[in-house]
Amino acid sequence: MNTEAPHSEKRPALPAEFGSLPKAPTGIDGLDEVTEGGLPRGRPTLICGPAGCGKTLLGLEFLVRGITEHGENGVFVAFEETREDLIANVESLGFDLAQLEADGQLAIDHVSIEPTEIEQSGEWDLEGLFIRLGASIDAVGADRVVIDTIENLFGAFPDKATLRAELRRLFRWLKDRGVTAIITGERGDGSLTRHGIEEYVSDCVIVLDHRVSEETSTRRLRILKYRGSLHGTNEYPFLIHRGGITVVPITSLGIEHDVSGERLSMGVARLDEMLGGRGVLRGSSILVSGTAGTGKSTIAAQFCDAACRRGERALYFAFEESEAQIVRNMASVGMDLGQWVEQGLLKFTCVRPSLAGLEAHLSSMQALVAEFNPSVVVIDPISDLLTAGASRDVSAMLTRQVDFLKVRGVTALFTSLDQHLQLEEANHQIAALIDVWLLVATQKANGERNRSLSVLKARGMAHSNQIREFLLTERGIEIAGIHRFEEVLTGSARIAQEEAHRRGNGGPAEASPGPAPELVAGVPRAGGAQ
Amino acid sequence: MTPESSPEPVDSAQETEVCQLRLYVAGQSPKSLKALVNLKRLCDEHLHTGYEIEVVDLVENPQRAADDEIIALPTLVRRLPAPLRKVIGDLSDTERVLCGLQLSPMENGALVDG
Repeated sequence: MNTEAPHSEKRPALPAEFGSLPKAPTGIDGLDEVTEGGLPRGRPTLICGPAGCGKTLLGLEFLVRGITEHGENGVFVAFEETREDLIANVESLGFDLAQLEADGQLAIDHVSIEPTEIEQSGEWDLEGLFIRLGASIDAVGADRVVIDTIENLFGAFPDKATLRAELRRLFRWLKDRGVTAIITGERGDGSLTRHGIEEYVSDCVIVLDHRVSEETSTRRLRILKYRGSLHGTNEYPFLIHRGGITVVPITSLGIEHDVSGERLSMGVARLDEMLGGRGVLRGSSILVSGTAGTGKSTIAAQFCDAACRRGERALYFAFEESEAQIVRNMASVGMDLGQWVEQGLLKFTCVRPSLAGLEAHLSSMQALVAEFNPSVVVIDPISDLLTAGASRDVSAMLTRQVDFLKVRGVTALFTSLDQHLQLEEANHQIAALIDVWLLVATQKANGERNRSLSVLKARGMAHSNQIREFLLTERGIEIAGIHRFEEVLTGSARIAQEEAHRRGNGGPAEASPGPAPELVAGVPRAGGAQ
Repeated sequence: MTPESSPEPVDSAQETEVCQLRLYVAGQSPKSLKALVNLKRLCDEHLHTGYEIEVVDLVENPQRAADDEIIALPTLVRRLPAPLRKVIGDLSDTERVLCGLQLSPMENGALVDG
């Protein structure tokens, strides 16, 4: 990368140069992160890829965001689609090109090319295009220009030598005008663009791709070249959704987010106690994993309930149950989630993960998070997403999701249904991203099945090493007191121990009780929590 | 493909029509001036049945470039007789111009289709 850099004495100045290269933020979600600030300001950028990969849309969004978010007007020169087509195509994405045109912020110039009509006699140039473009730039006071797709000119003019010279002149002219430009090009065989125009646009080249693997289509973006700037070098998946394009940086965010020292209650006093006495750190990621029926969703709901009690917003993605079901179920353990929904503090999104591809999921989740701006998010269960895609993709997606939430300072709780085999791998992959891992299980003893909870991992805080019984009661989750025997005592064995304790007989002699009191949800143990 | 661009021979009735030409130029650029000179000479020599030339300077009226979808300059457009024909360049190659306009030079100055 530094092969072009001057030697020795100039070396130390390089980082400053990197920093000072002026950039024009695209406003496209994620693209400014992977380009470290946007496209080179006042220079042309080549965007190339096969048909249907999203070049035109990227160009249009660059202009629209420039107008709406950065106060920079734009000109779109279309060699392919007509003005009407362009307006109609992006209407569904919420871009009102006609309005922007009417407001004098955008100019769309459709240039139709009918090659069969043109005969050539003597010398010519592309001055007509320059004049048109110049007039459009002046008309709206444009800072940004998109030319889509200039290679169509190669079909129109037989004199390739003149055309090439003129294109070279065009790119120089764009630079002289000081506009930040996007030139799109169709991918050719063995070259980036069909007619090799990458030779002329040397500052920044972005390659788009559109691949189908395992029946899931994924669009990807890669920055091939960005002269004078650092940039991400990976292939980044990108999505086209209702709000436009979102580029999803896999690794670029991750570790740089602000960390908070603030602690959040999990909604269960004794659980907070197990987590160093004060609950989890704000902005951390919590995984609750366990087998079926261990109370994962209840922990998640309690977590949301606690957030709403603090007056914070909670967003609950449910992949298995409907909103009504969850509200009803939680009412049975004394949680009134309905009130939070009514107050607008709690929002459920219930979808079947197989209905949409992974990328679409990620994008719609992120859009919802951005819109609702919650302080806590629950994904219940995250293991269901595995059915929506290949495991490598899932892990990449989870990484991105966790990153996304962390960067926003959102505390996230994921539940995961452990079936020990196929999920283990995925869990291991996300384990590295998880700050707090709670393991819930059922323990079989004395002819009973009792729930237990333990903290497998809790980054940055002292935490309990004990396995504790937890109960689903009318008052929500309760974590029972601890009674050491050889194993942790749960259920009737624990109750017997507690009774023995109350009678002042702490010995294990009473541990084997007579008639075992049946332990059901909602049977409060008198002083059982003490 | 528009139906007008089919290579239908121009029939004799149309040949006698006045040829309506429009030359798009960019101000006083050398190519523009050369094209204008070449066009006038060409018309005098080959279009005895009459012609009209309109010169459009895009530097003065850039919005007119959209009328005939002009990007290359100079561009000569035959508006009439139909169909519309275009020739780009400084028109220094007379034969190519006549070919492009689908007009062939005849000794007596009459026109036949190319």
